[in-house]
Amino acid sequence: MAEEVKKPKRPVDPNSAKYKLGQIAAKAYEDAQAAKDRGEPVGWCSSNFPVEIPETLGLAVVYPENQAAGIAARGYGEEMCNIAESDGYSNDICAYARISLAYAKVKKCEGQDMPQPDFLLCCNNICNCMIKWYENLAKELGIPLIMIDIPFNPDYEVSDAETAYVKAQFLAAIKQLEDLFGVKWSEEKFAEVMEYSGRSSRAWLKAAGCAHYNPSPFNGFDLLNHMAVMVTARGKKEAAEAMELLYKEYEANHEKGESTFRAEEKYRIMFEGIACWPWLRVTSTGLKSRGINMVTTIYADAFGFIYDDFDGMCRAYASVPNAINLEKARDKRVALAKEIGVEGLLVHTNRSCKLWSGFMYEMSRQIGEEVGIPVVSFDGDQADPRNFSEAQYDTRVQGLTEIMETGKAAK
Amino acid sequence: MYTLGIDIGSTTSKCVVLKEGKEIVAKSLIPFGTGTKGPMQAFEAALSESGLKEEDISFIMATGYGRTTFEKMNGEMSELSCHGKGVFFHHPDCRTIIDIGGQDAKVITLSSGGAISNFVMNDKCAAGTGRFLDVMAGILMIGVEDLETFALQSTSPISISSTCTVFAESEVISQLSKDADKNDLVAGICNSVASRVAALAKRAGIKEAVYMSGGVAQNGGVRTALSRELGCEVHFATDAQYMGALGAAIAGYEKL
Repeated sequence: MAEEVKKPKRPVDPNSAKYKLGQIAAKAYEDAQAAKDRGEPVGWCSSNFPVEIPETLGLAVVYPENQAAGIAARGYGEEMCNIAESDGYSNDICAYARISLAYAKVKKCEGQDMPQPDFLLCCNNICNCMIKWYENLAKELGIPLIMIDIPFNPDYEVSDAETAYVKAQFLAAIKQLEDLFGVKWSEEKFAEVMEYSGRSSRAWLKAAGCAHYNPSPFNGFDLLNHMAVMVTARGKKEAAEAMELLYKEYEANHEKGESTFRAEEKYRIMFEGIACWPWLRVTSTGLKSRGINMVTTIYADAFGFIYDDFDGMCRAYASVPNAINLEKARDKRVALAKEIGVEGLLVHTNRSCKLWSGFMYEMSRQIGEEVGIPVVSFDGDQADPRNFSEAQYDTRVQGLTEIMETGKAAK
Repeated sequence: MYTLGIDIGSTTSKCVVLKEGKEIVAKSLIPFGTGTKGPMQAFEAALSESGLKEEDISFIMATGYGRTTFEKMNGEMSELSCHGKGVFFHHPDCRTIIDIGGQDAKVITLSSGGAISNFVMNDKCAAGTGRFLDVMAGILMIGVEDLETFALQSTSPISISSTCTVFAESEVISQLSKDADKNDLVAGICNSVASRVAALAKRAGIKEAVYMSGGVAQNGGVRTALSRELGCEVHFATDAQYMGALGAAIAGYEKL
């Protein structure tokens, strides 16, 4: 990775949402380690598995996708990918999977450590690579795997049949966990978790929605960092409170004419795809140096789960971005782009994510036409630093800037 | 008033000196790109041809992959915008530009006023770029400038199916060991590049008139194959290799 001159970090106010969210994300790993040290079982859980289930049952879980993103962002992605590839995993498969499979083998990484699992919780609503990834973990580690199948939905809405199919699996997963670990499902506890998850989600979506102010009261890259809490702790009280504080701060920023985007906001764009974690600073600086604020991304919205009951929860998890059809996925993005008001779309052609990148060629064309904005893509990877070229990225972002500049001048 | 545009690519450096934003008074091309003495040599050659001194130039605009490293520049602009301006200068009927450079391929769409409305670029892969042709010409022991002559004499082009440059290289070597006709092999290589770039162009949305810029535009074998793939005429931009530099000189003039 290129050498970068790091500026001294601004001190973070311990009463700020940024500080609290950082603490919650870190504490999620500490709590899991403490549970492990007490001899309690710890699970590894996919990011769009219904976190409400282990949370209600009082089971500690950690999230390999979140860990892999942290490892990649801290510069250890290539090292971990090499370990997995030496074991025979193709470099064509998801880098999160390669990092996770490597971590299960070496059990240590300076980028982000977490306790080894006693059970696995997987849901394939975001991709089918998860299935083999978790099956291999289960086989290698000799531990139980609970797999929830939420297939890609070719229809616009979630049908009653699909809801029933998903619900039966959620109920079976609860029973399996009760039998495995002697824990007990409590409706009261579920109602409490559901309430916190709902509060977190509503506040998160409202905070992200503050980007409709022009200029935006925040730098869109903040969302990528704060998202860790939505992945790992959205069903917890402290997460709900911190997200509500974040929303208040963004509203206050707007009132005061302030923003966490520390530059003049000349252009507002939507970003598509998972962040290019190994090159986060480079990708962020390439935008900021040109006055481009990445004000919105569907990736952030993906972790806002709004529902009122168990069936609603089933439908919510069957409606995550990668499980819905192209038309619905497009309409959600078009609505977001219009509501927030963006002037361009930057697409990360993420070599790790064949599903997401595969449908973007056509979807981004449709979004560009519908919203009337230029669409530019760049090659990269969510965790493998070898799939990115800084010069190529820079040319494309500069090209996008010049189109937006010409468009503004014409108006 | 004079402006100078310099296009520093991965394999060549090109310069154009423009008078009053309208008249090309000098141009130069040095077959060395960014990270070499090529850019400075191209700069000096263009000044020498124009009979001007550096201080006579009101604005120096750099473009291409080495655009940010050229010390004498007053500003820099992406090659996407510069190719757009350069081709539109000569051919105001142009609505789609296909630029195949040393290490990337770009398809740029223009509005009726000549502004870029969108662009797409190749994936991070050498297939469909000038580098692919360089490698293939090397294996065949012919000059890259001779590819057109060979391709146009082909009667039965051989299909080169690998998109990966290294795998395609193996494919060509294997054909050579079977005494395949060199003309047919070269035609197959040109078709392979055209097929990759045509897919890119279709993604961008083809609007006529279509012009090619960049060094590969001089290769009639690729141009003919592209026309066939796209089902429309692909024109050859005047001074195709200089379009980026010309566009930069125009952009420099617009800054004044």
